Amino acid sequence: MTRAPSSTVHDNPFMKPMEWISLALLVAVIFLVLPMLLDAFRLNLVGKYLTYSFVALGLVICWGFGGILSLGQGVFFGLGGYLMAMYLKLEASSVENTKIQSTPGIPDFMDWNQITELPWFWKPFTSLPFTLLAVIVVPAFFAFVIGTAMFRRRVGGTYFAIITQAIAAILTILIVGQQGYTGGINGITDLRTLHGWDIRTDRAHNILYFVNGGLLVACILFAQYVKRSKLGRILVAMRDKEDRVRFSGYQVASFKTFAFCLAAVFAAIGGAMFTLQVGFMSPSFVGIVPSIEMVIYAAVGGRLSLFGAVWGTLLVNWAKTTFSESFPELWLFGLGGLFILVVLAFPNGLAGIYRTYVEPRLTRRVKALEPAPAVALPHAAE
Amino acid sequence: MAESKGNGLQSALRRRLLMGLAGVPAIALMPRMSFAAGPATATVNTTGLAVTDTEVTVGILHSATGTMAISETGSIQAEKLAISQINEAGGVLGRKIKIIQEDGASDWPTFAEKAKKLLVNDHCAAVMGCWTSASRKAALPVFEQYNGLLYYPTFYEGLEQSKNVIYTGQEATQQILESLNWVAKEKGAKTFFFIGSDYIWPRTSNKIARKHIENVLKTKVVGEEYFPLGHTQFNSVINKLKLTKPDVIFTDVVGGSNVAFYKQLKAAGIDLSKQTLLTISVTEDEIDGIGGDNIAGAYSCMKYFQSLKNPNNEKFVAAFHKMWGEKTVIGDVTQAAYLGPFLWKMAVEKAGSFDVDKVAAASAGIEFKEAPEGYVKIHPNHHLWSKTRVAKALPSGQFEVVYESPELIEPNPFPKGYQ
Amino acid sequence: MLGDYSLTDLSSIFVMQGFAGLILFSVYTLMALGLAIIFGQMGVINMAHGEFMILGAYMTYLCSGFFQTHLPALFPAYFFVAMALAFVASGALGMLVEWALIRHLYKRPLDTLLATWGLSLILQQAYRTIFGPREVGVELPSWLIGSVQVTDTIEIPINGMFVMAITLLITAGVALLMYRSRFGAQVRAVVQNRPMAGAVGIDTEKVDRLTFGLGCGIAGIAGSAFTMVGSTGPTSGQLYIVDTFLIVVFGGAASLLGTIASAFSISQTQSTLEFFLSGSTAKVITLLAVVGILMLRPQGLFTLKVRR
Repeated sequence: MTRAPSSTVHDNPFMKPMEWISLALLVAVIFLVLPMLLDAFRLNLVGKYLTYSFVALGLVICWGFGGILSLGQGVFFGLGGYLMAMYLKLEASSVENTKIQSTPGIPDFMDWNQITELPWFWKPFTSLPFTLLAVIVVPAFFAFVIGTAMFRRRVGGTYFAIITQAIAAILTILIVGQQGYTGGINGITDLRTLHGWDIRTDRAHNILYFVNGGLLVACILFAQYVKRSKLGRILVAMRDKEDRVRFSGYQVASFKTFAFCLAAVFAAIGGAMFTLQVGFMSPSFVGIVPSIEMVIYAAVGGRLSLFGAVWGTLLVNWAKTTFSESFPELWLFGLGGLFILVVLAFPNGLAGIYRTYVEPRLTRRVKALEPAPAVALPHAAE
Repeated sequence: MAESKGNGLQSALRRRLLMGLAGVPAIALMPRMSFAAGPATATVNTTGLAVTDTEVTVGILHSATGTMAISETGSIQAEKLAISQINEAGGVLGRKIKIIQEDGASDWPTFAEKAKKLLVNDHCAAVMGCWTSASRKAALPVFEQYNGLLYYPTFYEGLEQSKNVIYTGQEATQQILESLNWVAKEKGAKTFFFIGSDYIWPRTSNKIARKHIENVLKTKVVGEEYFPLGHTQFNSVINKLKLTKPDVIFTDVVGGSNVAFYKQLKAAGIDLSKQTLLTISVTEDEIDGIGGDNIAGAYSCMKYFQSLKNPNNEKFVAAFHKMWGEKTVIGDVTQAAYLGPFLWKMAVEKAGSFDVDKVAAASAGIEFKEAPEGYVKIHPNHHLWSKTRVAKALPSGQFEVVYESPELIEPNPFPKGYQ
Repeated sequence: MLGDYSLTDLSSIFVMQGFAGLILFSVYTLMALGLAIIFGQMGVINMAHGEFMILGAYMTYLCSGFFQTHLPALFPAYFFVAMALAFVASGALGMLVEWALIRHLYKRPLDTLLATWGLSLILQQAYRTIFGPREVGVELPSWLIGSVQVTDTIEIPINGMFVMAITLLITAGVALLMYRSRFGAQVRAVVQNRPMAGAVGIDTEKVDRLTFGLGCGIAGIAGSAFTMVGSTGPTSGQLYIVDTFLIVVFGGAASLLGTIASAFSISQTQSTLEFFLSGSTAKVITLLAVVGILMLRPQGLFTLKVRR
């Protein structure tokens, strides 16, 4: 995965030199620097943070490029995570492991809730291929339904944002309320193996970290592909002047729905990887709070930059962990202040700072740099 | 391929770096070795815990922020008090306890993350922490995997038992059965109405209560209602209470909902001096928010109340107030949290080692005679033998104990016939 | 389930249940009104709405303490002072926030959401630092406690009726202000066309600040009133925020009438379902219905027809 791009660098205007450098830097940090510097525990933490950056990446596409702010990305992250957790939980609930229950062979929380038979929608999740497929398809379908309903009626902007937020809230209440089927507020815990492979060991965490990193780079490349394609340009055009695009004969709703679905799929992949690395899934990733936090990651990184999304996620989470370890009673001040600062002073986030202060200096040194791409311009209308 | 090769190299390098780092504190502390009074570190710590010749590290893991901070603050305070008292009395095996406090932020995954940090990074010899069942469920696999030791203070639903956890609160049968017997006998209760928050603890507790009411007491449950956590409107269920007129309202509503429920109950004209209400979720801490006037007359069943009259408790209450202010109230969980560090200390001393396996093995049978609640003993299933008490809420916000079980009640986390 | 009870029992329960529904309706309206004004009139999503409510609740708490120690004779009347104070405090904080934060972001409405979210975190932590992490109990004057005995079997909680009265007053006040006063005309002018409103001599900045302050002030009153029925703690605001947003979204954000209609339909559905089903099932069914309707009619019940 890491080698694929270098073979295509000569013949494809796929990315600009600076973007190649950014990618190389990111790959180097994820695959070399962090694993060398951090111990197993911290590396696993970074792995967890990187799963959030899938969501931030999706947000760059649908919010930065498409101008659609979804405050319900936690729903898709959660869906991906829960679907994966269902598979892992069924594997962990073999008859042998659960023989103290009144009904052995079903997940423990079902037994506590007097459910005596595996519900029908849990049954297919004994199969790994089905689960992997579901992780992609279910969130995409869900996003498709929401997107179609909203965008065809031209609901957008702030209103779309709070509807998605409402959906996130509702899904949380549903999951918490239906604890016999979902594990309720505890979530699905104590996950052990993936197809017989123990995911709890340090070695497994290490391997999952690299798989996660690989998937992330793949998603970045795919997002870059979308961004460079005609579709990406239409998205940006739509964000800036939706009516003109519509009058030019494009189906605005379909493009928006596509961007939303893509963001959902990215989030779901992140969710599934989260479950694998952390070993459980709980409704606290579905609701309003995590959904907004994930938007903040993208905002801190720079909503227009794919790489910024990853850096932003890492930075905010690092800050959160450090603040909360050093000042457990005061860290919310820091976090809240960070949000306000970013929004007021650096609306284009890290990537914006980089473009304003760092890039001009670099440009002088790196020759043959093409003019900045359209999306890099700070946009006035939203 | 390239990845796994790189990985091997990196982890080797990382290991070397780590070992180098681990050496640093040991060197720094070397000169102080001569002050150590206890047995040599090498003999009491064979598994690489953070134990030096003068110090031993213990973690505290509760929510200092978020919605649960309301409840967990008391536990943090009690644990800090206990640890400072232990340190004043000479520490554990001649070593002072050093605290590392982490914030679970009312977020279950954060609990798992911080638990792992406390065990893997800080090598804590024991962790006092968790409050909600959800946070314990999230952290439990971490404690089992990395062989840590958790002292969990909250009364909870049972259905769990782990080598790596000492449950210092009551499990559901201890708390519930005795009080139901009391209310049936004392108040002649025939009909019960259950109201709870919608999650595992109230549901399990009510299930146990229902079995006991129907199978043992041979009386009736006339209603069972659950509300989402954080629900604030109870007028409809109060109307149902007025319609069904149960002899006893049995509640396990938690958090902010608790406050709303009792305020609205009072406003609706349900007089708790005439209507018997038995709750398993209200301690002195909750009354602070509810307001003593709003809940006066209700019965709460717990193992500890601040107003308990015994010398241990008077000493404890005085010390607690000295450290945290006169106005701070002490609830059941706060007292249970206070037990944790002492139970750990005694187990360590009995085992003569900080090693988690040895401490866990030595824990069964540990007796703590100075416990504020009276006398407790650790059962082989790692729960505590304890008494159950029923007390009536007073307008002052305190409780008046009206009943105390004559014997210590055996903890039974997997009750036969109640599942 | 109703077969076993006598007719008088049943009829009185239906009356009381009707009141329970109305009380819930008032609570919802009061919660959502401030948010609806800010969002509907200014397009700003105030994520710190719950924290503004709790500021009102804390003002009430301080007031009750002050009257108890210094003016015990006037204690029965303190609640009115507290509500006025809550309005002033939340309103003033709101105007400050508008000045420091929101006014820089009118061109980027989505960003106000992130900024106010940061603000809500800071406010929560500030409450925790100032008032402590535990909930505080607010002492109520005795005339607000208890219920009115209408007949032998019908009892109506006084504080419920009090909330209803306040809601009615405030809603009427807001309606008058918005549709009958000069200020209201200015607000509506700014909503419909900002440059034109500026051109005809309306001080749009001042109008924005006052509107935001008004919305926050009403949130403060709501918070003050809810000390009678709910809890007061650093994070209590979070208990209300979900319901509040749902009501505003469901109502169709741009219209006050929509907000009221949506509060009415949601509260009646929920209160009726709660009586016949269990509490959390009722909530789930209500929410599913809301989502279902939003899918069919995502713009909400009522929408303002503005040419964009």
